[in-house]
Amino acid sequence: MSITSDLGAEIRRNAAGIDVAGVNLSYGATHVLKDVNLKIEPGEFFAFLGPSGCGKTTLLRLIAGFNIAQTGRVMVGGQDISSLPPWKRDVGMVFQSYALWPHMSVAKNVAFGLEERKLPKVKIAARVDQALDLVNLKHLKDRKPSQLSGGQQQRVALARTIAVRPKVLLLDEPLSNLDAKMRVQVRRELRDLQQELGITTIFVTHDQEEANTICDRIAVMNDGVVQQVGTPMALYDRPANLFVANFLGTANILDGTAETAGAEFAITGGGRLPFPAKENVQPGAKLVFRPQNARIAPHDAPKAPGMTRLDGRITHVEFLGASLRYGVAIGANEVLVDVPHQAGNAPLPTGAPIAVDLDHSRALFLAA
Amino acid sequence: MTVATGFSSEKAAPAARQAVATPGQWLTIGAIVAFLALFLLIPVAMVILVAFQDPNSGAFTLVNFADFARNEMFLRSFANSLYVSAMSVVWATIFALPLAYFTTRFEFRGAAIIQTLGVIPLIMPPFAGAVAMQLFFGRNGSVNLLLGDWFGINIPFMEGLNGVIFVQSVHYFPFILINLTASLRNIDRSMEEAAQNLGCSGGRLFRRIVFPLAMPGYVAGASLVFIKVFDDLATPLLLNVKDMLAPQAYLRITSIGLKDPMGYVISVVLIVFSVLSLFIATSTMRNRDYATVQRGGGGLAKRPIGGLDLVMAWGTIGLILALVLAPHLGLLLLSFSTVWSFSVLPDGYTTAHYTRVVLESGQYIWNTLLYATIAGFIGIIIGTAISYIVLRTKVPGRQWLDYLASAALAVPGVVLGIGYLRAYYGVSLPSGQSVTSLWIIIVIALAVRRLPYALRACMAAMQQISVSLEEAAENLGANKASTIRKIMVPLMTGGILAGFVTSFATASVELSATMMLVQNTSDAPLAYGLYVFMQSPAGRGAGAALGIIAVLIVGISTYLSQLLAERDRSTRAGS
Repeated sequence: MSITSDLGAEIRRNAAGIDVAGVNLSYGATHVLKDVNLKIEPGEFFAFLGPSGCGKTTLLRLIAGFNIAQTGRVMVGGQDISSLPPWKRDVGMVFQSYALWPHMSVAKNVAFGLEERKLPKVKIAARVDQALDLVNLKHLKDRKPSQLSGGQQQRVALARTIAVRPKVLLLDEPLSNLDAKMRVQVRRELRDLQQELGITTIFVTHDQEEANTICDRIAVMNDGVVQQVGTPMALYDRPANLFVANFLGTANILDGTAETAGAEFAITGGGRLPFPAKENVQPGAKLVFRPQNARIAPHDAPKAPGMTRLDGRITHVEFLGASLRYGVAIGANEVLVDVPHQAGNAPLPTGAPIAVDLDHSRALFLAA
Repeated sequence: MTVATGFSSEKAAPAARQAVATPGQWLTIGAIVAFLALFLLIPVAMVILVAFQDPNSGAFTLVNFADFARNEMFLRSFANSLYVSAMSVVWATIFALPLAYFTTRFEFRGAAIIQTLGVIPLIMPPFAGAVAMQLFFGRNGSVNLLLGDWFGINIPFMEGLNGVIFVQSVHYFPFILINLTASLRNIDRSMEEAAQNLGCSGGRLFRRIVFPLAMPGYVAGASLVFIKVFDDLATPLLLNVKDMLAPQAYLRITSIGLKDPMGYVISVVLIVFSVLSLFIATSTMRNRDYATVQRGGGGLAKRPIGGLDLVMAWGTIGLILALVLAPHLGLLLLSFSTVWSFSVLPDGYTTAHYTRVVLESGQYIWNTLLYATIAGFIGIIIGTAISYIVLRTKVPGRQWLDYLASAALAVPGVVLGIGYLRAYYGVSLPSGQSVTSLWIIIVIALAVRRLPYALRACMAAMQQISVSLEEAAENLGANKASTIRKIMVPLMTGGILAGFVTSFATASVELSATMMLVQNTSDAPLAYGLYVFMQSPAGRGAGAALGIIAVLIVGISTYLSQLLAERDRSTRAGS
């Protein structure tokens, strides 16, 4: 591991923060990025997460220099790179399609960037070996890309980028072309490698599980706007708006109005909760809670304090393994409630009248 | 065939699933094999055989090849053919390269013109343009007259081999343009971006990434140009260049006779080079698959064009457009001119040539339309049958039908013509006439020559129909016969029709095989008539008029086939 720690040391020394400020980008009439501001710390593993068309890849390509913003700037390690062409940015990118050149061997592919940097031949050979060692593919260095599996191609693409010791590493949906099992394995490898090298990394994905499992922080994007930035847990527990709540995990969303001079939230169709005292609730906010933040109680069970009880009827049951997910009709709404599953417990029958107890402390009031 | 298939699967379903093919299918296969054997394999085999036979004893010998190698004239012809083909590739590349570059790298309004440029030369038989090119670029042609007046110089564009190279490269550069452009368009953008991301740009980027990836397309186009020029008979003959291989083969057979072995030796040389070029073209194109098909966005990044680039782009396009249109324009002027000699433009204008052509030589036009139509039909019927057998049955060795039919690509027209004469000249009809004097032989030669193209069109049309579409019909109760009638035929029509029109268009200006086979002028097609007219200075005007008619036939057909293909695509997209 001495060679890799040597490489790691150099990359860590180089590790640079990224600062995106006031970026707006349009293609004709389409406004793709709207006033994007982001600060990514040196050595951080950061994700751009959002549905397709949200602008996450556009933003990544902007950092790599393949897109030009109308306003704003991109700083890497304190240097403004906005006006540099892609080949002068020293920002490593791994492409979604891997983009391995089919007319070059694996070793040639990895050597490419080093040759462009005019390194001496001996040094190039050593660095190629080192980079391929890092992804455990040294034995395949003389193969052509077409002779490799998808996972191997992906690792070559990674080695090719890391070999030039870039200031930051950009990964464009790197797992999307792998099958489900490989995806889990490769994402762990990516995380280990990133930790070992300490390289600032941006990971673009539409898969919340991928982002949650390997990234330090996530920027959730939608419609060209950064919706919220935070750690995976913070985003899940305290989403800033309905989009984030819905995109990360499952959320029950109920309409209602503020009543009693803004002290209470009356759910449309019955039931009311106190607004949390210290937080400012935006007008038009809706009640949001996760399926595991409510409890199912027998119809006539005594109501616990700090809970709001909603009467309903079970409409369907899904068995998820670790839990049972009940669909409960409450008036015109339907909410989902998760109940941990233990062997031997039979599910409640469909149509059974039950009560949903909602914990006030876990309830969120979010606007769109 | 289709009916038999229907019956068998209906009545004896389990048995039919077991059988490799129905009797109807076997019959079809037999008929196709017999046709190809009679009109492709046997004639070509005869040619090759004769080349290796002692003319007197019939024993196997290499003496004919030794004679060829000792003959100074043949060696010079061989060298000339190689030189002319190679130089045509060089010039065609010089024409094609900037055009391909401008269309693929820039957001450029001229792209549409460049696309048209890629078609215009091909709608005219090159030999038809040859005479017109003489008038513009010959020693006493318009350009040299002007150059002489202005600068006192005379550029030998059309002298000897130069003329052949000039005419052929202007005519065939679209092959390189089309293949190279397609190749460039297929390069995934991320290939280029990955290089930029690693610090590569400009000329180095082109040399290390773009050029190697586009190479297969270029090589395929270039080898096609090489072989077309190498095999061409009519253009050198019309430019009065006789010391090249194809003209030598023709002249030996027509002047010395079918017994002379030299024509056959030359034919073997032509075949060897054709096979070699085709091999290079197909093997490079096979590698292209992995080279360029990638997931994600396609095509290289384009940037807006401006400044010097724009001036250069329009300058290049203008120059090449002028060159490409020169044969057409020249032919048009010639067809309306009273006298055009030693002057920049004709002395006077008349429509007499057209009247003469239509009144005296209407037969040529009629023959052409008739022959090309029949040849086109033969092509698509055999093409559809082979496609069905290859794609939809499990007959062992069915691929060989495809290979056999496509082998015609490697047989130069002159060779096919010589082969027909050798194989069937001695076969007499009850009237005592030779079989080879029948006009239908010309039609069959045209059909065999066009078959590979028709077959590809039919194959493509059938391949686009997902088997699941047929299975869905069968699942809903349609038998094989009605599945073919209601699902396959409607979906294939567009593609097959496009294949027919293309075959028709190219067959109507084919000359190298027909030149060998025409025995009565009354049976001759338009291209032959044009050649005859162009032999005499007095016939040039009429020849040009005939040429313009040929251009119209081919142009309209090409437009039609594009229209059909377009409509077919939109139907498919809509469904």
